[in-house]
Amino acid sequence: MTEPRALADLIDGRMAGPDGYMRISVLPPIWEELAAGCAAGLHDLSALWADGKGMRMALSDSARGLRTIIDLKAEDYPSVARHHAPALRLERAMRDLYGVNPIGLPDTRPWLDHGRWPGKESEQRYEFLPVEGEGLHQIPVGPVHAGIIEPGHFRFTANGETVVRLEQRLGYVHKGAESLFVGADIERGTLLIGRLSGDSTVAYAWAYAHAVEAALGWPVTPRNSVGIGRVRGLLGRLATARLEIQRVYDSMPSLQDRTVTTGIVSPALARQYAAGGFVGRAAGRAFDARKVFSYGPYDTVEFDLKTRSTGDVDARLLVRLDEIGESVRIVGQLLDRLSPGPIRGESPAPGEGEGAALVEAFRGDVFVSVRLASDGRLARVHARDASWFQWPLLEAAVEGNIVADFPLCNKSFNCSYSGADL
Amino acid sequence: MRSFLRDAFLKGMATMAGPAPGAPELEEVARALGERARRRLGRSLSIREVDAGSCNGCELEIHAINNPVYDIERFGLKFVASPRHADVLLVTGPVTWNMREALLRTYNATPSPKWVVALGDCAANCGVFAGSPAVVGPLANIMPVDLHIRGCPPPPLDIVKGLLALIEAKG
Repeated sequence: MTEPRALADLIDGRMAGPDGYMRISVLPPIWEELAAGCAAGLHDLSALWADGKGMRMALSDSARGLRTIIDLKAEDYPSVARHHAPALRLERAMRDLYGVNPIGLPDTRPWLDHGRWPGKESEQRYEFLPVEGEGLHQIPVGPVHAGIIEPGHFRFTANGETVVRLEQRLGYVHKGAESLFVGADIERGTLLIGRLSGDSTVAYAWAYAHAVEAALGWPVTPRNSVGIGRVRGLLGRLATARLEIQRVYDSMPSLQDRTVTTGIVSPALARQYAAGGFVGRAAGRAFDARKVFSYGPYDTVEFDLKTRSTGDVDARLLVRLDEIGESVRIVGQLLDRLSPGPIRGESPAPGEGEGAALVEAFRGDVFVSVRLASDGRLARVHARDASWFQWPLLEAAVEGNIVADFPLCNKSFNCSYSGADL
Repeated sequence: MRSFLRDAFLKGMATMAGPAPGAPELEEVARALGERARRRLGRSLSIREVDAGSCNGCELEIHAINNPVYDIERFGLKFVASPRHADVLLVTGPVTWNMREALLRTYNATPSPKWVVALGDCAANCGVFAGSPAVVGPLANIMPVDLHIRGCPPPPLDIVKGLLALIEAKG
């Protein structure tokens, strides 16, 4: 059995880079001990991706304010998912895309590779996990859904109306985005990153900008870090509308009958998966990248981190309603301090470098890592949507709920398909 | 309960009476669209949306044409849950290899006469994803396309205008 190792024990006086990340190169045994450390709850798994001929893993320790990127120079490497289940889909995806080999991977079915890519066609059936028991039936749903939403497949096993298990199969909107970054210039990278998940385009672009600035040592002009807009008039209306929605919601028992105790995410699961955004905060995980690993302009504005503890649809809804109030507060403060100034700094000479950033999107933290080649072009860009760690929790949340409540649970998570399919 | 009944009487409909005065263009287009749709197709035109690899930006704009500001259902245009109920397939995204089969099955499940609208730059020419090995190619290479609505993403008004153009051409 591998002994877990805490991130703090590995730091050993190292300093973080300009992006706040410490970069540490390790050998496979330490890598495995850190993976076991994730499982033991000593630190959070923030991202896991293949880069060049090796693997990278972003780990964070919120309590100590530590962020690291662990580098392992091996394509055959000890599987993280063997110790820590939240890494499973990430490892399956990287295996499909880059041919890396996580040794001991508990589930070797492909994830993004559906056997349709030219040159990699396969007739092999995708086997869903077996479910045994009396009176069970399966309901396959998707990839094309009934509403105006993204495609994905949901395999329900139900007993009567009650969902016994949900298994997701995603990857339908895999566009090969990561491969398009390779060799592209920084400007083209901005076009791509903003289209990985259209509903979080600002957060992605922001994280990418942070990462590129860190990689090049590009100084940020103060005004750059403040969103601009003629929005003051709208703020009041927004605040009023929010209160009205809250009033209606609070006075409708028939609505609450659907949401309260529906689709529960346990605090333990939210912690294990380091679930970001309202999915985590509604289950008591007090994490918001703007607070925990703060960045401008959020480090200078006042707002509260809103959490709930019940982890149900109701809690997620209420956290989001609360957050609208906080957002109105933030925008108000930013407008008060708006001042003229340059919005773009001189670009430094192109060169090699690495940078990473964690930016809070509406759905949770988006992680972006950028590596620049010596000619200043992009060598590797990886973006990890918050959905990677939220989708699996949806599988757990619908267990024991009725089939008809699945859309409610799904929408209360509001995960991105495109962002997680890459 | 009593307060709801009271509100229902006092406040009336939550849906806007029509497009805001600032948007005469919308009013004109929407009315013309409604009349032509009725003449051509009786009372309604049913649309099935298929995301064939979109980043979900186009979906947000399509949602907008259903919101109270644009509210295209007033004019007999409605989104349906099954391709078997649809007259129009509204397709977004650069068509990924992983979605190709599901898209073709949806097309085959749609009864004739049917029209295909390619929505957004991705459906037209793969947009920023052109050249990716995971992408099949523009929608027109996979099925006959009757109309392209360009934009990344196209704003709601352009979507409404596009649907009008489709009905005019087919009418």
